[in-house]
Amino acid sequence: IPVLQTNNGPSLTGLTTIAAHLVKQANKEYLLGSTPEEKAVVQQWLEYRVTRVDGRSSKDDICAVLKDLNSYLEDKVYLTGYNFTLADILLYYGLHRFIVDLTVQEKEKYLNVSRWFCHIQHCPGIRQHLSSVVFIKNRLYTNSQ
Amino acid sequence: MRLFVSEGAPGSLPVLAAAGRAQGRAELLVSTVGPEECVVPFLTRPRVPVLQLDSGNYLFSTSAICRYFFLLSGWEQDDLTNQWLEWEATELQPALSTALYYLVVQGKKGEDVLGPVRRALMHIDHSLSRRSSPFLAGETESLADIVLWGALYPLLQDPSYLPEELGALHSWFQTLSSQEPCQRAAETVLKQQGVLALRPYLQKQPQPCSLEGRVVSNEPEEEELATLSEEEIAVAVAAWEKGLEGLPPLRPQQNPVLPVAGERNVLITSALPYVNNVPHLGNIIGCVLSADVFARYSRLRQWNTLYLCGTDEYGTATETKALEEGLAPQEICDKYHAVHADIYRWFNISFDFFGRTTTPQQTKITQDIFQRLLARGFVLQDTVEQLRCEQCARFLADRFVEGVCPFCGYEEARGDQCDKCGKLINAIELKKPQCKVCRSCPVVRSSQHLFLDLPKLGTRVEEWLERTLPGSDWTPNARFITRSWLRDGLKPRCITRDLKWGTPVPLEGFEDKVFYVWFDATIGYLSITANYTDQWEKWWKNPEQVSLYQFMAKDNVPFHGIVFPSSALGAEDNYTLVSHLIATEYLNYEDGKFSKSRGVGVFGDMAQDTGIPADIWRFYLLYIRPEGQDSAFSWTDMLFKNNSELLNNLGNFINRAGMFVSKFFGGFVPEMVLTSDDQRLLTHVALELQHYHQLLEKVRIRDALRSILTISRHGNQYIQVNEPWKRIKGGEADRQRAGTVTGLAVNIAALLSVMLQPYMPTVSAAIQAQLQLPPPACRALPTGFLCTLPAGHQIGTVSPLFQKLENDQIESLKQRFSGGQAKASPKTAVGLTAAGPQQVQALMEDVAKQGDTVRELKAQKADKNQIAAEVAKLLDLKKQLALAEGRPLETPKGKKKK
Repeated sequence: IPVLQTNNGPSLTGLTTIAAHLVKQANKEYLLGSTPEEKAVVQQWLEYRVTRVDGRSSKDDICAVLKDLNSYLEDKVYLTGYNFTLADILLYYGLHRFIVDLTVQEKEKYLNVSRWFCHIQHCPGIRQHLSSVVFIKNRLYTNSQ
Repeated sequence: MRLFVSEGAPGSLPVLAAAGRAQGRAELLVSTVGPEECVVPFLTRPRVPVLQLDSGNYLFSTSAICRYFFLLSGWEQDDLTNQWLEWEATELQPALSTALYYLVVQGKKGEDVLGPVRRALMHIDHSLSRRSSPFLAGETESLADIVLWGALYPLLQDPSYLPEELGALHSWFQTLSSQEPCQRAAETVLKQQGVLALRPYLQKQPQPCSLEGRVVSNEPEEEELATLSEEEIAVAVAAWEKGLEGLPPLRPQQNPVLPVAGERNVLITSALPYVNNVPHLGNIIGCVLSADVFARYSRLRQWNTLYLCGTDEYGTATETKALEEGLAPQEICDKYHAVHADIYRWFNISFDFFGRTTTPQQTKITQDIFQRLLARGFVLQDTVEQLRCEQCARFLADRFVEGVCPFCGYEEARGDQCDKCGKLINAIELKKPQCKVCRSCPVVRSSQHLFLDLPKLGTRVEEWLERTLPGSDWTPNARFITRSWLRDGLKPRCITRDLKWGTPVPLEGFEDKVFYVWFDATIGYLSITANYTDQWEKWWKNPEQVSLYQFMAKDNVPFHGIVFPSSALGAEDNYTLVSHLIATEYLNYEDGKFSKSRGVGVFGDMAQDTGIPADIWRFYLLYIRPEGQDSAFSWTDMLFKNNSELLNNLGNFINRAGMFVSKFFGGFVPEMVLTSDDQRLLTHVALELQHYHQLLEKVRIRDALRSILTISRHGNQYIQVNEPWKRIKGGEADRQRAGTVTGLAVNIAALLSVMLQPYMPTVSAAIQAQLQLPPPACRALPTGFLCTLPAGHQIGTVSPLFQKLENDQIESLKQRFSGGQAKASPKTAVGLTAAGPQQVQALMEDVAKQGDTVRELKAQKADKNQIAAEVAKLLDLKKQLALAEGRPLETPKGKKKK
């Protein structure tokens, strides 16, 4: 669990707590959402990241997470809908180690997650040292028709 | 917006409280759904509560819903609140769902429930007491308070799960619970039913994942190397350089050991094992072995230490056993006392004295305490109705009567409970009662009995506990059990019995009665001391100078924490009372319980026949000591721990260190020139040693063993990195480096041999002989890490310490103790000599069942051959029973004809 020693005041513990603090320090509060609804949604996905994604390494758990996310993202560009937030950033970091290992077929199965993930990794300054994950644009199996 | 809730879902509490607190519920529609209904379209697993927003989006996290209500009311997010909510989601919830699952779904109680959440509760309490405000994140109650209160309420509304010592948590919880929105949420969700209102919901939920894969918490946590300060390194190096000079003065060995004014006088007792039962591994780790580790540690610290134990010999069970074996009760006790003494000798238990309760001293001291209680008005008289067998001329204990169940008519109901309908029976209500020994019909007689007036002594006990508990090392389960006894109110307890085998009651009209064992068994500690030295009162009437540590399993806590202290306080004779009550949880065997009758599990006398040395048993039992929660003995785990921790880690390190001295330096410890890396290692070892001391001072025996293994892991790494076997072949500088590494390593091995002494005394002595460690260094463990093997010291012959346990060997032992053997050869000598009351009990039940089968077949007029076969089985069972009870074979046959 990360701890941040701030210059003024006591130290902060916890990934999402520290991230939210740094976002405010950097005057980028829009990353935490602008309406009450958006703010609550951002925090909900941050909580999802630390409770459902972290510490889970069993394939089944991750499949459940990807399945739910895939169906959630069906009609959304970002986790809050139309605005890029801290929730996208932290979920991207949390999922990276799993997405890297997905097979081409699996990436296709979680199409909406793949679209969202590919989009986030190309946002400027987000990917950092992480490897870029390759997604194939044309579908392998065109069994829809 | 619409809120979906479900009956008994705990998440509804904070959500309803937040809704009430932060905004009117006017625009909030509430719908109740079933616990398995999927409200959120994109989630696979059902979740409640869920808030559907007007935008169509869903909030499915309890905290996020609460946060949304607060945001709507104009509240601004802050770091501290975020931190609390993240902690709640990642730390509190997993612990809490485990606790609630135990409490509500599995019906567990007490420490089983409190254990998993204790750390989280302490965290809240500490944070609250450090802040000046009574709330978690602000001057008034806010989001963090509501979310945490809602999560904790189902558990903490029962005061027994709100530890008193957490004062800040206590008042925070009370403050919130009294607020109107919280009160209303609590009423809506729990409906005055307390935590049970959650059952319909929690039963339908999957087991919390923190419960899975946590059967036995045998795994050590990964250690991280702490960063060291310059000061710490300087202190450690200074201690090291003192060498043997740094040892504390050795305490001369005295006989008898008596308290000395101005010194730390430690009196250690282990619960007295009942003489008739051969102790199993759980009994051994629960008291004698745990107390032994502490006694040995205490002697290493040069504290003035006396460790006592003995067999508890009086009572009905002994009397019956004597009848069965055709011996006098005293002869039975002599026989089994020797069995016990042998087992503990084999396990290397370092009693200063191992006594017994059937001695004149026991009579003298028990009667004295009784007379003093009587004179001070703490003894009541009352009449009790009991069954008496005229033929045997004695009152019958419940388990020695059989008859027809007054509820279901079952013919072989026992005096305390019916095996068929399971109802509890008061023995005098049995129809057609029979004495189990002679089969004649007992009569109801009233009998005068004496009672200890515990309610009258309650205040004194409470005052004493209030003085004693704070700052003491009572284990949490001991505190909990004692408190719940006091909370439920004390009742008078009968202290006499109509028996012959016991301490006589010195009062007119009670000549043919004796004291009930639980009244005088705890006085056994005093009488055993009196048999050890005539100056026993220096230990037992000296509360100012003596610290009394009592070790036991948790079932014994009430007698040591409440009943004996009541007698002792009532006697007003300045008795030494328990300062630290150390109670363990239970040890299970593989997946179940130890069972003598089914031949399941390893019992003390069998451990020696396995070919596994006593020290390996000690190590493994201490490694899995049920500290804080139940644990389980597992053969596979024992093999694994022996081969990984002992052989590959500890044994490997000590052997390598010694071998390098022998092979590369002709058996003489080389010169050591410490570099800063060496100094850092030395400091890490010194800090781990300090940690070991802190843990053992608090009697955290299992945890302190981990420190030993950690040091040897550091040592192995150190050798691995520095490769002395390569450097010794190099130039001058490399050879010097090889010498320093070898010298430091062998000194760590010497330190480990002393730290290991309380746990594995034989292995410790073997290491010390191999290293020729100077005798004063073997007998004392200072607080710092000293150089006890200086350059030039000659060591002895080094040889391997541990043996690998092989899979086949362990598999065959597992088979042997799994109960199969008892069935295969029930008539072997084991049956005769070691049949405990439980085995007899189990056989009796088998006979009863088989009897039913035969009767049923006869009633149905079944095939004659089939009946004959079942009758043959019945006869065989009865034969086994007779053997187990030590009766001649004719008796059951003759009786059968009736």
